[in-house]
Amino acid sequence: MLLARTVDVTRRYGTGAKARVALDGVSLDIHAGGVVGLLGPNGAGKSTLVNLLVGLRRPTGGTVELFGGDPRDPAARRRIGVTPQETGLPATLRVRECVAFVAAHFADPVPTGELLEGFGLTEVAGRQTGGLSGGQKRRLAVALAFVGRPDLVFLDEPTTGLDVQARRDLWDHIRAYGRTGTVVLTSHYLEEIEALADRVVVLAGGRVLADDTVAAIRAMVGIHRVSLDSATLPELPPLPGVVGVEQADGRTSLLTADPDQLVRDLVTTGVPFRGLQVRPTSLEEAFLTLTGR
Amino acid sequence: MSLALTHARFRILETARIPVAVVGGAFFPAASMLFFVVPFAGDDPVGATYATASMVMFAVMTSSLFTYGVGVAEDRAQPWDPYSRTLPAGPAVAFTGRVLSGLTFMFLSLIPVVVIGATLTAATASPVRLLLALGAVVLGALPFTFMGLAIGYCLPTKAALAVAQIIFFPLAFGGGLLSAPGDAPGFVETIAPFLPTRGAAELLWAAVGDFTVSATSMVTLAAWTVAAAGLAAWAHRRDEGARFS
Repeated sequence: MLLARTVDVTRRYGTGAKARVALDGVSLDIHAGGVVGLLGPNGAGKSTLVNLLVGLRRPTGGTVELFGGDPRDPAARRRIGVTPQETGLPATLRVRECVAFVAAHFADPVPTGELLEGFGLTEVAGRQTGGLSGGQKRRLAVALAFVGRPDLVFLDEPTTGLDVQARRDLWDHIRAYGRTGTVVLTSHYLEEIEALADRVVVLAGGRVLADDTVAAIRAMVGIHRVSLDSATLPELPPLPGVVGVEQADGRTSLLTADPDQLVRDLVTTGVPFRGLQVRPTSLEEAFLTLTGR
Repeated sequence: MSLALTHARFRILETARIPVAVVGGAFFPAASMLFFVVPFAGDDPVGATYATASMVMFAVMTSSLFTYGVGVAEDRAQPWDPYSRTLPAGPAVAFTGRVLSGLTFMFLSLIPVVVIGATLTAATASPVRLLLALGAVVLGALPFTFMGLAIGYCLPTKAALAVAQIIFFPLAFGGGLLSAPGDAPGFVETIAPFLPTRGAAELLWAAVGDFTVSATSMVTLAAWTVAAAGLAAWAHRRDEGARFS
């Protein structure tokens, strides 16, 4: 069942010479069930895409549908829950009042006590949100997305600012929910997407670069960095499978999808290398390689 | 409607948790009464009644322009605002909730003015006339409420504050709020009927005294109200939260 989709959606900010394209011809179908990870570096257009799907912004071109309607129509938003990227809570309201306010918008909300229990916020129910720690605020912001028993939840970088334990707890929650509901999750942590998502959509520069299973994307962005001491290293012959070469901090780094083969090739060339290190690249680096920048 | 009441309830709760904000809203009109009305028009029953009414309108106008102008602009800059706009409620709900809470605090800020008028000056009004005055206040507040909303949805906080101030003074002075009916400087008497302030004040003067409203002022008030409402609706529709370039 199709819950939401964008068809050839473009979004520009500003006009004239200052115009910036945040999304450029994005078509995406969100079907019922599972966790869809939107993955991309900062400024890739992830949040803009989420904002279009939840009706906060209008597309410059193309169409956006949510439960068959226009997301800017309140009726289309009855079955969604949202956690925005930035946490903002009315500072003078108490935690349970925030939940009650959101609950008033839904026909069958989760009882406040049960919700707060699920997110480990029972002890601070009577506290004003302005007095919560950063992690508690973030947990409350995520909890609010689940108040209305939604069929589709949008979580924009939900675990930003959480410590390891809180992040794991939240992951358990999202994973459990994803068994029956549908989640659209944005993140720039590969680890988070790997832990949660069934399907990964890679965005960069406002375009969809890839839309596939976690395993497939992992292979695609699984670029490794094979680095060697520069000082004693002679000129390297061209080696197969090297997608990039970098010089930094006295080391020469070769970027490749197949580090094992590269090491074998290095050895057979007879180059007298020293200080061999092999490590996976960060997602950011992988993206730069993927997008050819 | 019940959802709008919920919005209003939480807005009131939010503001009431900062008592000085409530006190501050009531201070300015009350102090103006003490400094400008009590010493100058306090002894004359008719003059004091009109002057108190003018001061009430003055308070209504400031409270509407600034509460909505600055309040909306400020809210739009907070991440809670875009979040609440993803909830399944239309703009009318948020609008109504905001106006209901605005009216609540406006009435609170008017209580000291009326109390000072009744106790420290010769101003008088029967309970029926006070009730009429309440209606006049709501009608008179409309154009300024819409203006405030339009400002808030169009501009960032600092600009909204400046624009509200720039609009506020000519409207208050040009509308003849700072003088008794028929007693304003000549040019003010000429332009006043074409400003919404005058129409709003006339409604209030008529509610509490023997004042007859002029047709020009009433048509003007209606026209300003409709125009400001249109502007506010347009500004709200094009709003997508704070803008940066």
